[in-house]
Amino acid sequence: MSWLTLYSQLTGVNKHSTSLGKVWLSVLLFFRIMILMLAAEKVWGDEKSEFSCNTLSPGCESVCYDHYFPISHIRLWCLQLIFVSTPALLVAMYVAYNKHGTKRVILRSGNENIEGDLKALKNKRLPITGQLWWIYFFSLLLRLLFEGGFMYALYTIYGSFYISRAVLCNVKPCENQANCYISRPTEKTIFTIFMVVSSSLCILLNLAELFYLIAKALIRSFQLSNRRQDCNHLASKFEETIPMEKQTSPKY
Amino acid sequence: MPLTPPAEPDLEPKMNWASFYAVISGVNRHSTGIGRIWLSVLFLFRLLVLVVAAESAWGDEKSGFTCNTEQPGCNSVCYDHFFPISHIRLWALQLILVSTPALLVAMHVAHRRHIDKKMLKISGRGSPKDLEQIKNQKFKITGALWWTYMISLFFRVFFEAAFMYIFYMIYPGYKMFRLVKCDSYPCPNTVDCFVSRPTEKTIFTVFMLAVSGVCILLNIAEGIFLVGRACSRHFRDAQDSPIGALFMQKLFSY
Repeated sequence: MSWLTLYSQLTGVNKHSTSLGKVWLSVLLFFRIMILMLAAEKVWGDEKSEFSCNTLSPGCESVCYDHYFPISHIRLWCLQLIFVSTPALLVAMYVAYNKHGTKRVILRSGNENIEGDLKALKNKRLPITGQLWWIYFFSLLLRLLFEGGFMYALYTIYGSFYISRAVLCNVKPCENQANCYISRPTEKTIFTIFMVVSSSLCILLNLAELFYLIAKALIRSFQLSNRRQDCNHLASKFEETIPMEKQTSPKY
Repeated sequence: MPLTPPAEPDLEPKMNWASFYAVISGVNRHSTGIGRIWLSVLFLFRLLVLVVAAESAWGDEKSGFTCNTEQPGCNSVCYDHFFPISHIRLWALQLILVSTPALLVAMHVAHRRHIDKKMLKISGRGSPKDLEQIKNQKFKITGALWWTYMISLFFRVFFEAAFMYIFYMIYPGYKMFRLVKCDSYPCPNTVDCFVSRPTEKTIFTVFMLAVSGVCILLNIAEGIFLVGRACSRHFRDAQDSPIGALFMQKLFSY
């Protein structure tokens, strides 16, 4: 049970996404999850053990660490990635539910080529219209909400994305102001900026996908209304010609 | 030179969260829609968060627990006094016990498939295609399977509530304190002991408690849904029968 399990669930969602959604998924997997797993966790590995304060007061280091790092960057990013990935699974669940209904219909139909039909259904890609459009739209909104929320939380807790080499700590039981030194601050700053930039890129991709979905829906409804107008126009013309013929036909 | 025998391949299945996940996700097929949502919440927001995040936050809970004393053994005794069982172990036990009732349903389904296979073989239609069909057959949640499912739901809610209560008894309040005062033997007097990463631990404790609450609500909702479906099915069947129709007519004539 690890990031690999989440990865395998998410790649299953890929089939029913738009092209922008597929790009978003790749950015999420390669620039965020993989970087977190392979690099960032090692950088933050000794954050507590190497956090040293210029004091001999017992407990001072522990308390100062807790004061300046209420939640570790790594844990915050883990939670962010889990929350941001989950709305995509809503779409997968809806598609599975939809396909299950269609499967039932196929099995009851008693066609000759049931196996072929079932296989075609399994590989079928549902168009993003109707109910699926709304669920996809809702999942995009949730993604944006979670990304924005976690970025705001990171900024609120740490003030800036820059991690200094030393902090001044005068929280009890430290006797007076003690200098506390953070382990690998530059490396942590680099990775923090990297993860923030990746998050921002994901937010931009989600926004672009949102606008794309709305534009596609508007164009589709515009085309439909145009076709309806054409049909109504043709129908009214047809009705006009019939009464005229009735008039010209001789009355018996 | 003696020949060393080739190393035996590691055929033992590994006992870890991944194999646990594989076993439990097999139950997914026989669950209701709400059951699948519950399973997803369990895996994503509890198991995954526990494995990738919470375990590392609690990783140095013992080595990072320091007391303001040089008395040997005082550290160890005070840690044991304030943390009789670690939050991580408690959550691991909770996850295992809460997931296991779902296996009752899987066992019931396996038993029915076994009976069906036997019947087919006795009737002489034991072709591989028919046996394959039985293997993939999805059973409706009616009759005895309904009761098994309801019992598994009851045990799920019971274990969740029991662990929430145990949590409350051992750690009243969700907040983890930075400083605890300890005077257990062999500490010479009341010493200050400092807990490692208390704020982070508080955040994760609140998160895990909230998700447990959501899981309890999902299980109750699933129970109500199953009972409602059974009642509506019962009334529909009653209406079909002539005695039932007469009964319904009398009932609605009031």
